[in-house]
Amino acid sequence: MTYLYTAYAATWAIHVVYLVTVVRRYSQLKKEVDELNRKKS
Amino acid sequence: MSAPQGITLATLTKDIRLEWRSKDAINSMLFFALLVVVVFSFSFDPVAEESRQIAGGLVWVAFLFAAVVALNQTWARELRNQVLDAYRVSPAPENSLFLAKALGNFIFVGVLELLMTPLFIVFYKLRALGPAWQLIPVAILGTWAIVVNGTFFAAMSLRTRSREIMLPLLLFPITIPALLSMVEATTTILVGDPSTSAKFWIVLLATYDVVFTTGCLALFGTVLHAE
Amino acid sequence: MKKAFPILGLLTAVLLSYALYEALVVAPTEQTMGDVQRIFYYHVPSAWTAFLLFFLNFLASVQYLVRRDPKTDAIANWVVIALGVLTCIAPYAFRNLLPVGVYPSSVVTTGIAFVGLYFLIHKLFSEQQTDMLALTTAEVGVVFCTVVLVTGPIWARPVWGIWWTWDVRLTSTLVLWLIYVSYLVLRRFSSSGQTPVLAAALAVFGALDVPLVYFSIWFFRTQHPQPVIGGGGAIDPRMLHVLLINWLAFLCFAFLVCWSRYRLERAKREVDETLALEALLEPRSALR
Repeated sequence: MTYLYTAYAATWAIHVVYLVTVVRRYSQLKKEVDELNRKKS
Repeated sequence: MSAPQGITLATLTKDIRLEWRSKDAINSMLFFALLVVVVFSFSFDPVAEESRQIAGGLVWVAFLFAAVVALNQTWARELRNQVLDAYRVSPAPENSLFLAKALGNFIFVGVLELLMTPLFIVFYKLRALGPAWQLIPVAILGTWAIVVNGTFFAAMSLRTRSREIMLPLLLFPITIPALLSMVEATTTILVGDPSTSAKFWIVLLATYDVVFTTGCLALFGTVLHAE
Repeated sequence: MKKAFPILGLLTAVLLSYALYEALVVAPTEQTMGDVQRIFYYHVPSAWTAFLLFFLNFLASVQYLVRRDPKTDAIANWVVIALGVLTCIAPYAFRNLLPVGVYPSSVVTTGIAFVGLYFLIHKLFSEQQTDMLALTTAEVGVVFCTVVLVTGPIWARPVWGIWWTWDVRLTSTLVLWLIYVSYLVLRRFSSSGQTPVLAAALAVFGALDVPLVYFSIWFFRTQHPQPVIGGGGAIDPRMLHVLLINWLAFLCFAFLVCWSRYRLERAKREVDETLALEALLEPRSALR
């Protein structure tokens, strides 16, 4: 049933989107820290 | 009279006096509610029998939005004149200030409701088929539910960006049980079906009021000092 | 600590895959709804996980508020213990007052879990860390709640022919979602240094509201009945087994997501603190 697969896909889509935002914020933070360390040295 | 009640009364009379002179809040609330009444009348036939089913919800939505207009400027005056800072430093109990503000808002919204009710009756040909006296506790408890939480969240939104949007954003979800009770009670009374009773809703409203008045009084000190 | 994360991640992925297999293949097909009913195995565990996360948010927010002062902290501890004792005694003392379907043992378990979680958080998290915990659980809770609100209509459409129904559970879940989204908006838009305190107060209000929301909508629905998503009543034990496996898998997944979000928040605050400190120590270079 397509509805079933849509529901499961939607669930994982939502989770993936959220995890991507978390990972992206983390890498942005790392970039910021590296830049600050560069500026200090 | 003892100090806390004295402070509450003094702040309350000050607010009422200021409002009486400028009539800022009352005018904007009245105009807003009037607009809502007119615009809503386009969405359904106000004279038909079904209007009695919808009118309860409409009336309270109009009052809710008008109340937000009043609530938004609750603390604005205090903020402008650094009164809040003075209050934080003084030994006065914070709850006196909160009660004064909440009671002031209650009076303003109450006056609005008194002025708007005849208009609603005329525009929408409303006539309560059920026990109309029950509308009084519904109005009192319902207005207090909106006002007590609204005053509290208005204080919370003081230092936020988009302060005017933050207040309804915080207020509406939390007030949903009270809104549901108010609307359902009013509709039950208007429709007057003998098998239904507004009693449950009135009790629920009373419970909501007790729970959140206690919560607001308990946490207002925290919020005031947090700003 | 760092090594544990990938291993747990792998284990969770395996568990989730196994749970998916159970849901799609092993679970018996439902009589009236057919295969669509299998959405249930994702919809319900997500709901339970969201509720658990919001409950943790409530505990963390309460702790953040009471731990600012040692006296209130002590009082709160005693109140929690008293409530725990009460939930152990009351169901047996007032057995006839319990609603249908609620066993005394489940009330007792909930009470003990509540007390246990409260003190576990108290032990594991410092004051500032409870605030980070509150933010994390609220965010991840909203994500799971979104899943519930999306899978619900997808389930309703083939079964009832409508996308949405204002039944008790969906409506209450929607209001819950609104309350916690407003919490997150307050967090994002508040520029006061005391945002955590304000947010904690809002979280307490929201949590107090939840029973009122459910109760009011429940009564509203007894007056104006509507189709109920998900049905009620007894559940086939094989289906229960699959449901619980999926819940376990999602709990592990939620734990990992929370852990990642928590680490992100901790790193972000460390960076902010360092920046603030540097700005204080070397004002001229910070302005450069």
